Amino acid sequence: MNSQDFQLFGEIVKSRSGLVLTEEKVYLLESRLVPLARRRGLESLEALADEVRRTQDERLLNEITEAMTTNETFFFRDTKPFDIFRDVVLPQLLKARAAKKSLRIWTAACSTGQEPYSIAMLLKEEAAKMAGWRVEILATDISTEVLEKAKAGLYSQFEVQRGLPIQLLMKHFQQVGEMWQIDSSIRAMVKFAPKNLLEDLGGMGQFDVVFCRNVLIYFDQPTKGKVLDQVHNILAEDGALFLGGAETVLGICDSFKPVDGQRGVYTSVKGGLMAAAS
Amino acid sequence: MPSCLIVDDSKVVRMVARRILEDLSFGILEAEDGKGALTTCQEKMPDVILLDWNMPVMNGIDFLRTLRSSENGDQPVVIFCTTENDMAHIREAISAGANEYIMKPFDRAIIEAKFSQVGVL
Repeated sequence: MNSQDFQLFGEIVKSRSGLVLTEEKVYLLESRLVPLARRRGLESLEALADEVRRTQDERLLNEITEAMTTNETFFFRDTKPFDIFRDVVLPQLLKARAAKKSLRIWTAACSTGQEPYSIAMLLKEEAAKMAGWRVEILATDISTEVLEKAKAGLYSQFEVQRGLPIQLLMKHFQQVGEMWQIDSSIRAMVKFAPKNLLEDLGGMGQFDVVFCRNVLIYFDQPTKGKVLDQVHNILAEDGALFLGGAETVLGICDSFKPVDGQRGVYTSVKGGLMAAAS
Repeated sequence: MPSCLIVDDSKVVRMVARRILEDLSFGILEAEDGKGALTTCQEKMPDVILLDWNMPVMNGIDFLRTLRSSENGDQPVVIFCTTENDMAHIREAISAGANEYIMKPFDRAIIEAKFSQVGVL
């Protein structure tokens, strides 16, 4: 791919999603955009770039952005954050919200749905402690294509074997041909919606827990700061922010502090539940 | 070094699993059917058993039931690894005492994920 075309695709993706494509991501760009070009009857990425320059077709620009922002995910990814959520964060929030009996959880950039469904299954296991509670799990992603797959809750044999304990497969999935579908009762616990993290997040209301894992790594520093500031504005002061193992707020956003002893978990510097409990 | 007994009548499957598990620092034992696996377990109980279902002489589910009812047979972590990829077989395996279940084909990511889930990685 020539450098002008790489730059063109890079600018489209950066301006629409915040994702920064560095030179070493050329392979990713080729593997994701060649199928898209073929679907449009174009023979090469050069032809796709020409099509973009010629038409500036909004739908095409969105398809390019979506193709580049679909990220790998699996059930209970990294395990530990889900243990921390169940054993540390959830008990504190159940105590703090005992009067209101309401919890709102947001998983940003949920991709094909494994993260929000993992949370839903985990909450269902804890149902005895949560009788009468109203729990909302909002799962968003920039890509409408992955959201459709997420809503269907249909996964391949390979997908259900990475991270999902067999006991949970037995309990919450049905076999549909060669695929596995998560039960409607779990699907009903998650609401999916399109959301671009670069947009104003103000209208989403306040959340008690935000999972924004393995998203910031793709953004440049100013974009990371902007997203974190917005997340801080919609996260309860005693709420918890989960980031990926390779991500941090340090040096990027002063509004959050790490929760002692809980890797990848952050809370507001204004105080709150986690600090009080530590 | 933890030990893993690979029980499968396919030499190729045993070889692929051995490569992955040796790389994950397991000491490997092999058996090509349930009867051979029982003999190995009587000599020295392994920490983990990766177990095929359909094998000649003694199949995986009969081996597992015999193992679990034998002395110290509750100790090894048993992970089925089979082409029997339906819910009925999964339920039968778990109720017979399997700890996890891998549906073939498998790769390193699946082996790592499953071994990690049962706490042997």
